Amino acid sequence: MAFYRSHVLVCGGTPCLLGGCRGVKDALVAEIERQGLTDEIKVVETGCLGPCDRGPVLVVYPEGITYVRVKVEDVPAIVAEHLLKGRVVERLVYRDEAGERLVSYAQSTYYGPQKRVVLRNCGVIDPESIEEYIARDGYAALAKALTAMTPAAVVEEIKASGLRGRGGAAFPTGLKWSFTAKAQADQKYIVCNADEGEPGTFKDRLILEGDPHSVLEGMIIAGYAVGATRGFIYIRGEYRQSIARMAKAIARAREMGLLGRNILGTGFSFEVEIREGAGAYICGDETALIESIEGNRGEPRVKPPFPGVHGLWGRPTVVNNVETLANVAPIIDHGAAWFRSMGTENSPGTKVFTMTGDINNEGLIEVEMGIPLRQIIYEIGGGIPGGRGFKMAQTGGTSGGCLPTSFLDLPMDYDTLAQHGAALGSGALLVMDDTHCIVDIIKCFQKFFAHESCGRCTPCREGTVRLYEMIGEISEGRGTREHLRVLEELGRVMTVAPLCGLGQTAAVPLLSCLKHFREEIETHVLEGRCPTGVCKMGKAPVVA
Amino acid sequence: MGVVEAKEIAAIVDRHGREASKLLPILQETQRRYGYLPEEAMQQIADALSLPVAKVFGVATFYSLFAVAPKGQHIIRVCENAPCHLRGAEEVFAALREELGIQPGETTADGLFTLEQTSCLGVCGVAPVMMVDEVVYGNLTPTRVREIIANYRRAAVGE
Amino acid sequence: METVKLIIDGREVAAPKGATVLEAARLVGIDIPTLCYHPELDVRANCRVCLVEVEGSRTLQASCALPVSEGMKVHTNTPMAREARKMAVELLLANHPQDCLNCVRNQNCELQRLAERMGIRENRFTLKDRAKYVKDTSTPSIVRDPAKCVLCRRCVAVCEKVQGVGVLFPINRGIETMVVPACGKDLAEVACTLCGQCIHVCPVGAIYERDDTGRVWEALADPGKHVVVQTAPAIRVSIGEEMGLPPGSVSTGQLVAALRRLGFDRVFDTDFTADLTIMEEGNELLTRLGKGGPLPLITSCSPGWIKFIEHYYPDLLPHLSTCKSPQQMFGSLVKTYYAEKTGIDPKDIFSVSIMPCTAKKFEAQREEMRASGYQDVDVALTTRELARMIREAGINFKDLEAEKYDDPFGITTGAGLIFGATGGVAEAALRTVYELVTGKELPKIDFHEVRGLEGIKEATVDLNGTKVKVAVAHGLGNARKVLDRVKAGTAAYQFIEIMACPGGCIGGGGQPIPTDLERRMARIKAIYEADAGMPLRKSHENPAVKTLYQEYLGAPLGEKSHHLLHTHYVARGKYPKKG
Repeated sequence: MAFYRSHVLVCGGTPCLLGGCRGVKDALVAEIERQGLTDEIKVVETGCLGPCDRGPVLVVYPEGITYVRVKVEDVPAIVAEHLLKGRVVERLVYRDEAGERLVSYAQSTYYGPQKRVVLRNCGVIDPESIEEYIARDGYAALAKALTAMTPAAVVEEIKASGLRGRGGAAFPTGLKWSFTAKAQADQKYIVCNADEGEPGTFKDRLILEGDPHSVLEGMIIAGYAVGATRGFIYIRGEYRQSIARMAKAIARAREMGLLGRNILGTGFSFEVEIREGAGAYICGDETALIESIEGNRGEPRVKPPFPGVHGLWGRPTVVNNVETLANVAPIIDHGAAWFRSMGTENSPGTKVFTMTGDINNEGLIEVEMGIPLRQIIYEIGGGIPGGRGFKMAQTGGTSGGCLPTSFLDLPMDYDTLAQHGAALGSGALLVMDDTHCIVDIIKCFQKFFAHESCGRCTPCREGTVRLYEMIGEISEGRGTREHLRVLEELGRVMTVAPLCGLGQTAAVPLLSCLKHFREEIETHVLEGRCPTGVCKMGKAPVVA
Repeated sequence: MGVVEAKEIAAIVDRHGREASKLLPILQETQRRYGYLPEEAMQQIADALSLPVAKVFGVATFYSLFAVAPKGQHIIRVCENAPCHLRGAEEVFAALREELGIQPGETTADGLFTLEQTSCLGVCGVAPVMMVDEVVYGNLTPTRVREIIANYRRAAVGE
Repeated sequence: METVKLIIDGREVAAPKGATVLEAARLVGIDIPTLCYHPELDVRANCRVCLVEVEGSRTLQASCALPVSEGMKVHTNTPMAREARKMAVELLLANHPQDCLNCVRNQNCELQRLAERMGIRENRFTLKDRAKYVKDTSTPSIVRDPAKCVLCRRCVAVCEKVQGVGVLFPINRGIETMVVPACGKDLAEVACTLCGQCIHVCPVGAIYERDDTGRVWEALADPGKHVVVQTAPAIRVSIGEEMGLPPGSVSTGQLVAALRRLGFDRVFDTDFTADLTIMEEGNELLTRLGKGGPLPLITSCSPGWIKFIEHYYPDLLPHLSTCKSPQQMFGSLVKTYYAEKTGIDPKDIFSVSIMPCTAKKFEAQREEMRASGYQDVDVALTTRELARMIREAGINFKDLEAEKYDDPFGITTGAGLIFGATGGVAEAALRTVYELVTGKELPKIDFHEVRGLEGIKEATVDLNGTKVKVAVAHGLGNARKVLDRVKAGTAAYQFIEIMACPGGCIGGGGQPIPTDLERRMARIKAIYEADAGMPLRKSHENPAVKTLYQEYLGAPLGEKSHHLLHTHYVARGKYPKKG
């Protein structure tokens, strides 16, 4: 491998691509060539570096200087000053809220508290290079599993690690694998659920874009562990970059003998196929996703039977989320004890969060489980823009509960949040400041569910529309006490009556707001007034 | 109609395999080819996969990325979910409706744009966002969406 | 049988392994309400009306889809379960037209019954305007009213899984979900067989027969019209259910009496032309066996079946018997032979049929069915429509004195009668063909092999050394299986009877609602009991049929028969053009 004195990592995640990082990268390469530095400096397009709202982002190593909002016209300055003369271009440097320059990943309040396991390679390697993945111990876990471990031992290791499903349901992964491992069948399947759709969640997209091999390796190991020889990766159709990167990763892994027949000469074979989603949030439900792969409407199935024993084409099927699978190789590499050294007793390991809404650092982070919400928002997230007040945080995406100020010190782990009527879920973290109206945001949530209900079961199909309709009437000043009573009753029914998780969570944010922000909602109903002035009260009635 | 070449559909079907489970990939490729799913194409696909055409239509209409009727040259999908909402998606959407003179679900008279609402596109780090065909645009403001529309209009005239 | 013990509402229940909680509860007299659930269909857990609490589960469970397990503790009557079930019904009602009084299913509606049973007395949601859902009246047989659809999906299941047709399917999603014919078209524009099985499974008034009673009332009131009526074999064993009699009642005489009271000038029996069909079709079979011709010969009495083969297996059309159905043979004879015999101008004859069938309405208006120069059968009414007329006229059906059919089409045989049940046409044909070929009397007149509700039945008869292999299929899904075998050349049949509806005509799409397994069995039993009690049980022994040939037709398959009693078919294809 050639030796370079400097590496410039250009973030190639979709948010940065939107900001024009490709142009910046091309300009950088051209400028470096013009300055005759091609042999000294390497430019690498990497996966997501994190601060998405400040893209395009690039990092210069070995100094670890992060430049944000870089434009093509800034490139000559970066090359001439920093790369040639070693002088940092101050005006482009990423600063924290205190104005301190961030000089390395490890140093800042943004990166400092983070612990990168899943994102170990994101923003570090060229995601399209299997060599770079391998150079950072990629596929070592696969080799270890195939040559030094029995399938049962792999399942046991994952069980011992306490890894839980990162898609939102938090089911113990090892236990899930053990059901499928035990089931007798002529064919078993591993399905990677990359149909990320929970609003505010984009971790799976950026993992797939930034380190596709980590997911692929996890899938192959899962296949070996449970006795499956075929896998599907179901990726949202809208995620063009993820699909392209994964397709390339599959092709490269196959060329290297890491996928396909007789992997690493061990006799174990595993094939993977990509399936593209076609625009349906509900397909994030594992049984709906299975229906979709089979070529049907993405309507969830009745459980039991569970996919673990009766899944794709009636065969035992493990369905795991992208982030869950990306955790597998590190666990096999370093052992369950290492994994358990992170996070909490019942929620070991790390969690990738995506921070959105009224927060200074929108973007992707990975932290140990159990970190307090306050630390995420105010330290890593850099607090709320304009010094405005905190109103609520919604964890787990639109299907999660809304937490008021009094919950800021809650540790972020599965069980604690569940006890408080919220959910860690997919790791989406939406922050809302005090200029926004609670009724208005509930209306936004309910519109989403009404749009995404599959229509199969009554309470969800009809109920999601009624929740949206009634909260809409409240936001227009037409709400009555009866509205609140019916909303509460319907909400209560909807948490227990629908067929699947979508319906069962569609009223969760509403119910949590009725609990924690009742006064504000009642003001709309009883006084006909929106305290924040967001709702246009007294608007002409809409036709239902 | 005659827009659909039987041979072309047969080729698409054969590329994926004549199995019911290949319905989505086949529909996806067919839509890429024709811009939507013509009825004749759905009939031919149904026959090739031994499925009732009613089912093919039922599957196609379930997913928001499929269209069973012709749409505008460019499909604009605007996200309205919470992260985008908090960052001003409503104003962006209003600007788009005004600029295009159409409501969601409609196509402009010149056939250039179809406006749709979408659920989260997973680029919330740069909210509010929209997708035009397969290109995502972030950090939108009313001014910026007008610029983007203008660019597409210019490109269309240039063609 | 392996059983599983569970506790339902504190009572121990031993239920068969594999049973659902719903079934287990019914074993001990707990009737959990249901809506989408149907015992004969694979439709589960959509409506959420059968929710129960199961210990250890955070959410409620649909009892229709939940298999029993050892030690399971179920509570069917908790506040949470009742609240959720009631909410499901309330939500459906709020998105359903509030016009029960005007609805064809008033007082026979599952949603209405649930609303009553759950004591829903107010509407807490804004009623949805369902005006955007347009009624589909494109076919002469079936009306679809999507405004009333509750999305239970039973029709989808019966159409695709039982009938193997699959023209109904859900489209869109969420609140926009609808069940519609393929590609959102009208029924007339898709390859629907008009069998009407969807009507039987619809819990509400979203699919029903086109009502033609108005035209019949009009004709009855017109002094210039000579109004005749024929009743299909299966009506006499089902009309009683509409009139408050138990399933399986044979009410032939009351049926005739009621029709006379309604004002029909002549009341005839379609069994007569069923006998005639046997004469024609039996000879057609013998001709094809002897001189050659496409074999197997397949029956042509069931118009839903005919439309099915025209759409889906047009290449097999040469296998169909060219015989018209008994309804249409009747129709052409009434406006020719009968008109001549009575001296009534056929243009003044109004010919009505009472059929167990919605497809008969379509058949009656086919272009080919004008042998008399007029539309041979003016109106085909279903059993349900006739029942409505009888009720409207205030006729106390149960207490009517039995009356007899009119001549010349009043003398019939048991062979004609059993046309009403699956296997009946085959059995009637065998009774006649055997005796015509062998010249010997049948040692055993009952062909039990072709009776009953098994989907596909087979029998072999030895005709003077020639073995004739017969197959019987009912329900179009079973027809498909048999046809695929014929196509593949793996079926060595000479004669096949196919009926579109499960159970044959006694289970037809025009029969009383509900028509379920229990009622189909009762009606079949009644048919064979009535057959056993008939003095004549073989078509070729029908004296009136003999007279008809002597006086008018000449011989079976003769020129006059060809003109009046035989027809041809249309290859329609799967994607018919409009109309």
